[in-house]
Amino acid sequence: MEVELNGVRVNTAARTLAALLDEQRFEAKTVATAINGDFVPLSLREASRLTEGDKIEVLAPMQGG
Amino acid sequence: MFYGIDLSSRLMLGTAQYPSPEILKQAIAASGAEVITVSLRREGAEGVAFREILGACGCRILPNTAGCNSAREAVTTAQMARELFGTNWIKLEVIGHADTLQPDPFALVEAAQILCSEGFEVFPYTTEDLIVGEKLIEAGCGALMPWGAPIGSAQGLRNPDALRSMRAHFPDIPLVVDAGIGAPSQAAQAMEMGFDAVLLNTAVAKALDPVGMARAFGLAVEAGFSGHRSGLMHKRDMAVASTPVFGMAELA
Repeated sequence: MEVELNGVRVNTAARTLAALLDEQRFEAKTVATAINGDFVPLSLREASRLTEGDKIEVLAPMQGG
Repeated sequence: MFYGIDLSSRLMLGTAQYPSPEILKQAIAASGAEVITVSLRREGAEGVAFREILGACGCRILPNTAGCNSAREAVTTAQMARELFGTNWIKLEVIGHADTLQPDPFALVEAAQILCSEGFEVFPYTTEDLIVGEKLIEAGCGALMPWGAPIGSAQGLRNPDALRSMRAHFPDIPLVVDAGIGAPSQAAQAMEMGFDAVLLNTAVAKALDPVGMARAFGLAVEAGFSGHRSGLMHKRDMAVASTPVFGMAELA
């Protein structure tokens, strides 16, 4: 299925958010996630099933003012 | 006191735009700041070095929602930041206009209501408007962050009279002048007016010598804070001799 990961279209075999992070080699504990604009906490990533066209954001701490 | 936390330094420092992670680290130390602001972004090349600095500097982290243009974006960003940084503190920014980066007060209040109800300790980046300030307090905010001038503009306190009114209107609410500060004297001015802290970034990060400038701002904030607490004298229309007349010789 195709999803949009941090603005880039990605073909994935993953069916859950947790699996997608694993597949895309994110370090699960150093990022925060959202699907289609809604926050998905770490504890719910396993249970969060992906659907075609989902917009997924994976964010990390960055410099800010 | 900011949400029950007592800070000995009244300078809050942004972490963006430094020439290198090493200079950022040195600047934080030189400034004496105990609170630094950070953001959330898609993972970039400098991510690992930055996380190490955050861990090592010992500062309290104030994550921001910079760049958000709607209440919904800001709320989601805040929720993500809370999980990542393990803090209820959030510097709430909801930007209303691209040129001025002026806060959108309506979306700001809406986002503040949601976040306060979810247990966040919100530092809303706002204008000096008193009614907006009241609405933010009603929403549950325990601090306000009025702008000095547009973000990154180095214009200092563009509307000092309104800021003075705001200080008088909210005597018991921690107020932080955030944004637009370009020089240490401007930071000292805000502190002399009785503000509780100053938050800035670009003036330090983009200085010729960011570490030296960080130190200068730390000193200026301390000077302004001590000056305010010690009771500044009022302006007079006429001169008043400071040297006593008593004991003056008759030489004429």
